[in-house]
Amino acid sequence: MADDRQPLRRRDVEAVELDLFAEGIFEAYGFDFRKYSRPSFRRRIWRRVELEGLTSITGLLERVLHDPPAMQRLLADLSVNVSAMFRDPAFFRVFRAKVVPLLRTYPFLRVWNAGCATGEETMSVAILLKEAGLYDRTRIYATDMDDATLDQAKSRTYPIAKMREYTENYIEAGGTRSFSEYYVADGNQVVFQPSLAENVVFAQHNLVTDRSFNEFHVIMCRNVMIYFNRELQEQVHKLLYESLTHFGVLGLGSRESIAFSGHREEYEELDESVRLYRKVA
Amino acid sequence: MPRGIVAVGASWGGVQAISTVLRNLPADFPAPIVIAQHRGEETPTRLAETLGRRAAIGVVEATDKDALEPGKAYLAPPGYHLLVERGSLSLSTEEEVRYSRPSIDVLFESVADAYREDAVGVILTGASDDGAAGLARIRRRGGVTVVQEPATAERRTMPDAALARGRAHRVLALDEIAPFLVKVCS
Repeated sequence: MADDRQPLRRRDVEAVELDLFAEGIFEAYGFDFRKYSRPSFRRRIWRRVELEGLTSITGLLERVLHDPPAMQRLLADLSVNVSAMFRDPAFFRVFRAKVVPLLRTYPFLRVWNAGCATGEETMSVAILLKEAGLYDRTRIYATDMDDATLDQAKSRTYPIAKMREYTENYIEAGGTRSFSEYYVADGNQVVFQPSLAENVVFAQHNLVTDRSFNEFHVIMCRNVMIYFNRELQEQVHKLLYESLTHFGVLGLGSRESIAFSGHREEYEELDESVRLYRKVA
Repeated sequence: MPRGIVAVGASWGGVQAISTVLRNLPADFPAPIVIAQHRGEETPTRLAETLGRRAAIGVVEATDKDALEPGKAYLAPPGYHLLVERGSLSLSTEEEVRYSRPSIDVLFESVADAYREDAVGVILTGASDDGAAGLARIRRRGGVTVVQEPATAERRTMPDAALARGRAHRVLALDEIAPFLVKVCS
């Protein structure tokens, strides 16, 4: 029968397509998604397949290889991390209580917001440091792999509809002013004060393929590595470790563990309830 | 053939329903259990404790890249999607899916893709139609599907939606779910 002559597949076709896709993007554009955590990578890729009106991952690969603007759209999908200002207010409350006193001892501070996406966290940190009286001697490096996403961060512009949630977070995070002092409304949007970006350097940096570029007193990298597989997490943890000063502080997302990082022993936990660690070795 | 994972989705009334299922499972239950219960981000994260209180199996709130162990239940944290790969789980803060994060569909679809015919999906009480698409996917990939008997659910919208989307292998009252899971996973 004809069916007997059909070649047998050794592996699930979609798994093969995902491998080829990541490989092709890396070869053509240098962005390395090969060690991204598969389930969420797969979801995002399928979403882009559908938005492009295509039907397969291989079809999307063909498009992004031949059509750089499609690659740009894909990059935006893969770098956008839906965040909120003062997400996990407890994190910022503990930051105020336990990290700010440590930071007061330095004449000048460098903070790295790694994987800043659209800048919600960058603004939150700037506001917090401002209220702590530390902002004027701080430089915040806000980096992301995607230039278009960075442009959005630079604009300091957010939907007005989000302000209620952010205000609640801000208050719960121990904010000492009125949150609305920090922005002006402009139609459906709000624009945050220019001063909040004055000491911020927005720069393109890829955690997977780029090297350490400075030493920092604080690194915030929250809910960025959850998109990476364990092997890549370890690689990036090494990069972050090497980019921290002695006694520098690392902030992670509330459900991220430092346990697999290979650097567990070199950090001390600053608090039991949130993910703030101090490099001690 | 023993099934490799059980995925449970619930919304309104779910805490009670999930507790009932979990406390009827033996400590040596042979598969890991992953759970998406709709919850607000502001809810204190005591849900795992509440669910585990009267259960013989361990119940934890998921941490990114946790290894999946048999006889242990992993709960999606508030504000995160929970996804699985074969043997481990991962979290994501991608946008809400139909107003939910965690989303039952997101969890179930990843379970269907990673475990295929080794997956078991369970839809419990809820006032939304989240999970219907995910459960259908588990079935399409050869997995076993269970829906709480709508008449016994605190809110029947979610079981009804799951059934409207496709036949379930079993439609069971809450008390019957754990014994069935033991049977298909052993």
